[in-house]
Amino acid sequence: MAEGAEVKKEEAQADSGRRIHTYPLIRHSDMNEEMRTESMELCVTACEKFANNNENAAKMIKEAMDKRFGASWHVIVGEGYGFEVTHEVKNLLYMFFGGNMGICVWKCA
Amino acid sequence: MMKKSKETQKLKVKLGQGQGDQLSYMKVPIKKASRKPSIFLKAQPENIAEEYPGLENCDEWTDPRERLKPADQLQLNENELNEEFTRILTANNPNAPENVIRYSFNERCFKQVTYIEQMAVHFAADGCMLHKNSDEARRQQARGETGVAIITDAQAEGEDNEENAEEQTGKEEVPEQEAERSSTLPPNRDAKKLTNQFNFSERASQTYNNPYREHETQTQPPPRTTFGSGVTQWEIFDAYAEDFAYQQLEKNKDKAKSIVGQKDGTTVRKKVLTSELQTNDMSLVARAAKIVERMVNQNSYDEIAQDFRYWEDMSDEFRENEGTLLPLWRFITDCTKRLAVTSVCWNPFYDDLFTASYGSYDFMMQPKGCICCFSLKNPSFPEFSFKTNYGVMSIDVHPSYPHLIVAGCYDGSVAVYNSKVSSEAIHCSNAETKHSDPVWQVKWRSDDLDGNLTYVSVSSDGRVCVWTVAKSELSCAEVMQLMVYGVAGDGPDGTRLQTLGSGTAIDFHPEHEQTFLVGTEEGRILLCSLTHHSHYLGAFTAHQMSVYRVQWNPFHPDVFISCSADWSVKIWERAHTEPLFTFDLKSAVGDVAWAPYSATVFAAVTADGRVHVYDLSVNKYDAVCCQTIVHRRKTKLTRLAFNRRTSVVVVSDDRGAVASFKLSPNLRRAPRDKKGQELTRSAEAEVEKLERILQVVRENPKTSSLSLATSAVQWSNRARKKF
Repeated sequence: MAEGAEVKKEEAQADSGRRIHTYPLIRHSDMNEEMRTESMELCVTACEKFANNNENAAKMIKEAMDKRFGASWHVIVGEGYGFEVTHEVKNLLYMFFGGNMGICVWKCA
Repeated sequence: MMKKSKETQKLKVKLGQGQGDQLSYMKVPIKKASRKPSIFLKAQPENIAEEYPGLENCDEWTDPRERLKPADQLQLNENELNEEFTRILTANNPNAPENVIRYSFNERCFKQVTYIEQMAVHFAADGCMLHKNSDEARRQQARGETGVAIITDAQAEGEDNEENAEEQTGKEEVPEQEAERSSTLPPNRDAKKLTNQFNFSERASQTYNNPYREHETQTQPPPRTTFGSGVTQWEIFDAYAEDFAYQQLEKNKDKAKSIVGQKDGTTVRKKVLTSELQTNDMSLVARAAKIVERMVNQNSYDEIAQDFRYWEDMSDEFRENEGTLLPLWRFITDCTKRLAVTSVCWNPFYDDLFTASYGSYDFMMQPKGCICCFSLKNPSFPEFSFKTNYGVMSIDVHPSYPHLIVAGCYDGSVAVYNSKVSSEAIHCSNAETKHSDPVWQVKWRSDDLDGNLTYVSVSSDGRVCVWTVAKSELSCAEVMQLMVYGVAGDGPDGTRLQTLGSGTAIDFHPEHEQTFLVGTEEGRILLCSLTHHSHYLGAFTAHQMSVYRVQWNPFHPDVFISCSADWSVKIWERAHTEPLFTFDLKSAVGDVAWAPYSATVFAAVTADGRVHVYDLSVNKYDAVCCQTIVHRRKTKLTRLAFNRRTSVVVVSDDRGAVASFKLSPNLRRAPRDKKGQELTRSAEAEVEKLERILQVVRENPKTSSLSLATSAVQWSNRARKKF
């Protein structure tokens, strides 16, 4: 019984942990403060809107970024990938979102 | 052009795979005359006349030309020429061998092969179309509908169009029919979608391609960098876990921030990011810059460093009683070039560090002063430096707290500097307590009973003061007034004024802390005690001119040395009013110092730029080393200091330079017993060594004293000017 209770407690902790870990977490960015905030919120919006379709989320982010900050933006949305990109300085955002999603947004014409 | 033999030619046209070979046989009647090339006509007028009688005279007007006829041409008459040959085109390949013989294994003999392949392919081209009824087409249809279906469809359309063209005369209706047909395509064709397995992109992920600009309008591309990383589920988890832990820490630190939700968590992190970016201070690189500076200096002064550590003057072995000074680094900075070095003092803790003070001895021209701490590791720039408003005349580094430096200035003030804290004086004497004349020497003393720092200063105003650094204030206590006996002058109203002497040098006894010596400008040396304020323990009429330095022997408790502007260095014993030794150095002696490693070795610097090193155990009359170290005229040497542990001595001059020298082995020789064995160095041995020498002198005091009465008086004025 005691063991079961412990397990439950752990689960509860894990649950709480998972719940906490859904906020956007910027891993790397060389954007300025304003741009970073805006891009991050855009990514969050896109990923929440297209929770089950990463392609559409990426497309939405890319087009919105193009419109807002000028061409040409590139977006990766996915749960597991590796990348090595050349980007214009002050135009890179690499963040995690939702606890399982990695989003990389950069600009390079 | 053509052979006369009757050839049969085969024409074969490969029409298509689906159709069988079709051979066409043609009988081509060829007249012999027709075989003549037309250009030949002109060259052969005779033949023309034969063949065409009507044309006999047609070219009379032209030049008759000689007919060219090949040698092997057949001579044919009219009938033969008119004879008709029939050429039959057959399907036989003229190049095919006709008599191929192979071994027949059936009949076990060689047999002529009856069937010979006659087909020769001259041109073949595969078409891109298939007939829809062909086997290949059916196979392909069976395998996958799409590719073939399109072709057959196109063919079908073509056929339909022909039919339509027959039925209808108006062309304008044709597109309509096509439109109808395309709309009525059977739906089963879209059922299966084939995708390119190698280069496929989903329509949904394809975005709008922005048009490229003209090359001429392009400018310098914006700067780019590369960034790479990887996303895995465990990395994401770790990142969140780390961030969560960090947030927990922040929450614990600041309860006000504990309310932050998920969004605010990122703002906390953002603040950290910005604060990291903003602490871009020069102090961060100070340490790195210092290391680099040391490295550069180590490279550029490598030879000197090697000399400092390893080089020993080999010639010392052959020169019995002489030694040399090896020049090492020179320390000079721009800010101190015009100043005289007034004092040098090694750091008691760090063997490579010494402090030098800068001021001027010129009464008329007093610039601002300076204190610099140099390290042997970095000769190009001081480790610390303090600027002062007046020339600094003396300094002393505290023996227990090496970061504390006390300085005495030309205006009579004394100040304590802390090299750890700031470039400002931490304790400075105020106008009421300060000396009224230049402070010629300051000395740290051991802490008083309350644990406060104390030091002593001696000045030209005739006062010896003890200063106590108590918490934040500096208190002064006058210890002694230096009286000049017998020189009391008459005051205007008949009172007798006591003239005060001028103190120039002070040294405390290494063992009896209360006892100290004061050298005066009148040439007297006074033995005093802190416990007796009113009178002296002893007085020596030592020199004819100002005493520049007195120093107790570090080993022998009763022996001290003095130097003066009257060119002499004298060694005294406390009990004797006459000097035990007198050395005439032929120039004003700026400084004298006992060596820390031997009781009998001392060194002196003179105003003519020479360093004299004496070792009484070797030579009681002459210096074991007398070396000129400045080569510019008028440069005087001012101060000298032995390093405690290494065999280095620093010598300063009045042009702002401090030079370091390595003592050669003969100058720091260990005492030897009679058999030549080196004795172990101990204080007792040193005292005994000095005592032995002094014993000789005491018995016959005139042996080593040199007469200098006349010369000193004679040169006194000149020396005073010089120094």
